[in-house]
Amino acid sequence: MYVAVKGGEKAIDNAHSWLAEERRGDVAVPDLTVDQIREQMALAVHRVMAEGSLYDPDLAALAIKQARGDLIEAIFLIRAYRTTLPRLGHSRPIETDDMACDRRISATFKDLPGGQVLGPTFDYTHRLLDFKLAAEGEALADTAPIAPVDQAPMPRVTEFLNRDGLIQTEQASDATPPDMTRAPMAYPAGRPLRLQALSRGDEGFLLGMAYSSQRGYARNHPFVGELRIGKVPVSMEIPELGFDIEIGEITVTECETVNQFAGSKTEPAQFTRGYGLVFGQTERKAISMALVDRALRWQELGEDNVGAPAQDEEFVISHSDNIQATGFLEHIKLPHYVDFQSELELVRRMRLAAGADEVKEAAE
Amino acid sequence: MQIAAQRGFDMPAYDSANAFRAAMSAIARPGTIQTIAPIAADLPFSQAAAVLLLTLCDHETSLFLAPDLDTPEARHWIAFHCGAPLATKADAMFALGSWDALAPLDDYAQGTPEYPDRSATLIVEMPEITQAGPRLTGPGIQTEAYLALPDTASLMANHAKFPRGVDLFLTSGCQIAALPRSTKIEVR
Amino acid sequence: MSQEYNFAYLDEQTKRMIRRAILKGLAIPGYQVPFASREMPMPYGWGTGGVQVTAACLTPADTLKVIDQGADDTTNAVSIRKFFERTAGVATTESTRDATVIQTRHRIPEEPLTEDQILVYQVPIPEPLRFLEPRETETRVMHALEDYGLMHVKLYEDIARNGEIATAYAYPVKVEERYVMDPSPIPKFDNPRLESAAIQLFGAGREQRIYALPPYTQVVSLDFEDHPFNPSKADHPCALCGADHTYLDEVITDDQGGRMFVCSDTDYCSRRQADGHRGDMAPPVLEALS
Repeated sequence: MYVAVKGGEKAIDNAHSWLAEERRGDVAVPDLTVDQIREQMALAVHRVMAEGSLYDPDLAALAIKQARGDLIEAIFLIRAYRTTLPRLGHSRPIETDDMACDRRISATFKDLPGGQVLGPTFDYTHRLLDFKLAAEGEALADTAPIAPVDQAPMPRVTEFLNRDGLIQTEQASDATPPDMTRAPMAYPAGRPLRLQALSRGDEGFLLGMAYSSQRGYARNHPFVGELRIGKVPVSMEIPELGFDIEIGEITVTECETVNQFAGSKTEPAQFTRGYGLVFGQTERKAISMALVDRALRWQELGEDNVGAPAQDEEFVISHSDNIQATGFLEHIKLPHYVDFQSELELVRRMRLAAGADEVKEAAE
Repeated sequence: MQIAAQRGFDMPAYDSANAFRAAMSAIARPGTIQTIAPIAADLPFSQAAAVLLLTLCDHETSLFLAPDLDTPEARHWIAFHCGAPLATKADAMFALGSWDALAPLDDYAQGTPEYPDRSATLIVEMPEITQAGPRLTGPGIQTEAYLALPDTASLMANHAKFPRGVDLFLTSGCQIAALPRSTKIEVR
Repeated sequence: MSQEYNFAYLDEQTKRMIRRAILKGLAIPGYQVPFASREMPMPYGWGTGGVQVTAACLTPADTLKVIDQGADDTTNAVSIRKFFERTAGVATTESTRDATVIQTRHRIPEEPLTEDQILVYQVPIPEPLRFLEPRETETRVMHALEDYGLMHVKLYEDIARNGEIATAYAYPVKVEERYVMDPSPIPKFDNPRLESAAIQLFGAGREQRIYALPPYTQVVSLDFEDHPFNPSKADHPCALCGADHTYLDEVITDDQGGRMFVCSDTDYCSRRQADGHRGDMAPPVLEALS
């Protein structure tokens, strides 16, 4: 005897209990602490902060723990929490010129004021599994590098070019940029909104887009003019006090690419720029962002639209958000009996009609 | 000046929900008259208008306050309870005043062909709201409705611009009625 | 009721923003109003638009019903109903008649709605022209110019190729002879009931759009004179309540090709059974009572 499916609520509760159990794993293995994740899974924490658009390492670590290490799920937790936060004010723009750099490299000049600082990078590691890490009781290597004490000033690489007029000048503006989380996106979005969308966009999506532009889909010859990672102070004007106070510091990754530009009849040949700025130590993402930013500037810089995906603002922005994408992708798991039934009816009817036609044709 | 005595909603989440339902019913059913619960404020405009401001306006919505209502008390109350920045007619998302102070409708944002929603909403203070007026038909009206309107000719012209045009709330005392741009107006 | 969150979860500023969009939507029936959709604690594509619209409409006195595929007990309907029980503390019901606000995915209840009800649809892709033209910048201009030629060509090609319009759900409609609108993925069987006494609100969270149909708004399913719209359904009665006028789910009952057809609207079906209507495979009355 058929009975309509009941008990959805119980099924959901049971699924949640099972999930909690699976998340914990073998209870004989010690529970992972949020501190451990924050300190030892720092790059995961940084990605969750960047794409979650919320700078809070503890909450990001908690989200990673709760999400069983699924970073998109963790980003989702952070985004959903972020929406509920009251907006108490706006910070001043951060000043990356004053960054206390852990890492600062330029691919365009062999040496430069402030020097090349490799910092904590995977770049020249040989990707060989380090089985020592698997052994318990890992001891700190006694050759820990010493952080630079007095950092020399690190002027911006692109400014050297700018001084000689060799690179296109970015127009400074004090205009308040629109906020993509408070106003619906409309196209053309313009660069401030584009940069916001890219900064919180999915790392994998941007990597793919950037890579496609390198391979010839809107190729524009980028070099990393400068990549810097480090801490910058965040300050806020307190109206009651009438001056700015520093409210904390955040780690960001900034990338400026130097790209070729052939020049035009009216303008002499000159380099152009792409820009990436992302929360945390998120180098792959910041470089990808700079490449995609540059590709999206084709119109502003008088280039041809060659129809490459990375040049298409609406395409890039509409599909860069992994929370939107994963939600819609996964919603096809939800029941669609009704839609499917209507298609089933339609297909059956059309087959019936086609069959009738065939019988008729055969008779003729 | 007793600003402290000029109240907003006692329980914003509940009061605004009830007020919104009245506003939504009014605009979804042109010609009907909705009643809202009053608030404890003595203002140069009606309770209904005050409740609409509290329900719909905030620091993200610019408001044109007609000169006849632009008193220090009104400004204080709006700044404190809504936070809506005051604006000129052309820049306003909302406008509040008597018909004479608000007209003509062409002064306000009418929306664009691509974005007809980017148009002003006018809250028109009326001496009274009655259903003795021109015949209304269109979305939200099963057969026909009647509503006394401040200026039939210019409201007919507003409808003729559909999907562009402005939308009106009419307010008096604790009563609200609405005339969205979609409503067709006929004079008998 | 949860203490950490505001009534119906959303903060008041967000509700005001959504409410303004709803009012503009009602003033321009069928037009998609952009709104600054918030990130909700459930995934995009799972009803975030509907949930935001419902949250902006609910009052403490409301009685809420949530259905998915016509049923109250599908998992996502259960989940959304629970969300509002927790965050708004409103009464909930499975009875269409007793509900003041109904949030739905993919169905319009069989029971005619009344002037005292609000029907909120969850919408995945609000743009009816999207599958013909993926660019928002293009489709927005088409709506502005009332240029729906592309849609007519598509429907006509369907007829030329298949003998009929090959759209079974999310069947496009024209509202008050102006905007072509996506009625959300309801089966076209439901299209005639889009003309309703209730207020109908459509929320698309991921796509950041709200649109609306005031009561008694004229809603016409697109068709051609020689191929009139046909709101067809499976040619069976409901196996449980015997109804021959309702939309049916097909249920596979065994691996031998056995199947049965039952009402997709579970509340309507059980009400009919309670009223004594019986289908071929309905449980015997005595057994049902015991």
